[in-house]
Amino acid sequence: MNDLIRRYGVTITALMCLLVAFWLVMLVVVPNITLFEQSFRPYLPVVDVGGPKDVYSLRNYAKVFDGSIERSFFGIPYMIPVHVMTFGLTIWYSIVVTVACFALAYPLAFFMAKIANPKSLPTLLLLLFIPLWVSEVLRAFAWWIILAFKGPLNALLLAIGAIDEPVRWIVGYDGVVIGLTYAYVLFMLFPIYNAISSLDTNQIEAADDLGAPWWKIHLRVVLPHAKPGIASGCVMVFMLSAGSLLVPSILGSTTSQWFTQTIDQWFKDALDWNTASAYAFILLLLCTVFVSIALKVFNVKLSDIAK
Amino acid sequence: MHKLRMNLARLYMGLFLVFMIAPLAVMSGAAFNDNRLPSIVPWKGWTSRWFEAMINDDRMMVAFGNTLVVAVAVAVLAVIVGTASAILINSISGRVRTLLYSMMISTILIPGVVIGISTMILWTKMGNAMGTEFFLFNPGLHLSVLGQVSYIAAMVMLLVLARLQSFDAGLEEAALDLGASHAQVLRRILLPYLYPAIGAGGAVAFFQSIENYNVTQFTRGGMDTLTVYVFSMVRSGVTPAINALAFLLIMVTLVLALIYEINRRRLARVEAEREAEARRATALEEAI
Repeated sequence: MNDLIRRYGVTITALMCLLVAFWLVMLVVVPNITLFEQSFRPYLPVVDVGGPKDVYSLRNYAKVFDGSIERSFFGIPYMIPVHVMTFGLTIWYSIVVTVACFALAYPLAFFMAKIANPKSLPTLLLLLFIPLWVSEVLRAFAWWIILAFKGPLNALLLAIGAIDEPVRWIVGYDGVVIGLTYAYVLFMLFPIYNAISSLDTNQIEAADDLGAPWWKIHLRVVLPHAKPGIASGCVMVFMLSAGSLLVPSILGSTTSQWFTQTIDQWFKDALDWNTASAYAFILLLLCTVFVSIALKVFNVKLSDIAK
Repeated sequence: MHKLRMNLARLYMGLFLVFMIAPLAVMSGAAFNDNRLPSIVPWKGWTSRWFEAMINDDRMMVAFGNTLVVAVAVAVLAVIVGTASAILINSISGRVRTLLYSMMISTILIPGVVIGISTMILWTKMGNAMGTEFFLFNPGLHLSVLGQVSYIAAMVMLLVLARLQSFDAGLEEAALDLGASHAQVLRRILLPYLYPAIGAGGAVAFFQSIENYNVTQFTRGGMDTLTVYVFSMVRSGVTPAINALAFLLIMVTLVLALIYEINRRRLARVEAEREAEARRATALEEAI
């Protein structure tokens, strides 16, 4: 701090501190505290706000457990609250998306970092960047066209005889998973690519010379080295998927509800901001827990993720 | 065996590129299909009427303008805040640094839905508490800007911080010793060094802002941005006018990418020639 003052003087230093304080306090901390506080208040008509009925309670959180529906698991029927189910499915399918992204991105990242001709690499990277610059809503829309019941994908699959009748992709979670994987696979690719690039190729060659089969080289040499990149990619993809509102809304249907859509409905349709806050807080809590677990499992620090 | 695996890797690379590019191609193609619904099958012949429909769609043009204004505002604010944060983080150490740094990074991981709702609630509540009708406290695109800056600033901060780490602080010492004022040190020494990172940060912020849906959706009031508008069109009565717009945006991206690529190749060639020249010169010297 003294160093800053010596270099840039008191005024500029104070200005910089003010800017940072504005960001962290006014745009991050205070809004989240307000959200937390609001989530315990009941939804009241304007005249009653601040009145005797305006007391803190856990009722908004309890709404998650309202409205049970019947489901069956391997033939065993059970009752589950509909929002809990949405929540569980959101997490489950976000994990599916994360795994799919990893499976798609890892071989490519290795190819780009270790096999591809370094001269053609910048062109390759540029080609991969193009979809990233096209906005997310348009990418989801593109898949909406492709996956439509009478769309190109069904037409193609019918033409080559892979299926006998058109598939309804949008019903259920297929469309959502495909769309999210497409939208976020690059967030998995680039961290892993960066991590593998820093691996000394001699290590791979040494393992190869000593007779290790190719899968063992990956398991014992490449994967451990790429761990921070993998952790970073997994955290990013999971968070983006679980927090996505656009893709599930466009590529899903009523049978594939995403938890963010439930929050959106409380906020926009029911106009009950307090319950929406409670649900948003649950989502935030989940994300924090997930990141902490992921950091523990991969044994990396939060500051490594940002690289 | 090795050869086979190499070819498989190339094939995979090709398939992946197709996977990434094909949806964009399908979307662009649908812009030229003379069909009421956006699709490339069945193909009913070429038309350019969707481009006319796009230009005549006033709401879309307003939304497009709004998007640009928001994106520029976000880029400017995020660059200022992000750069200041990077300089501050770079010059402190210990626990405070860890705490501040973790807070900044964590904003990237907060779901957009949470940012949107919390920003909206805070500012409208403040307005209610003060009993003012001042525009700042009503829902609107200015709240979207604030919400977006809250996490986009962190991305700018990371870019600038990375560049700061290779900065030689001795330059500033020298300038101070030679009698430069504090403002001069900042303006003439530090900022010029940071310009590449600041430029990259501004571009990232601009594109991130255009992409944003979650924050905007909750804070926008009744205003449209392009993302929100396209979304509402897809939900209710979509026409290929969107495809026409998408095609134009993809073309702009392609042209920018092409310019970048040509420029990069030219620089690489110049560099290679210079190296060759240097090698020839050394060889000549040794010969003499």
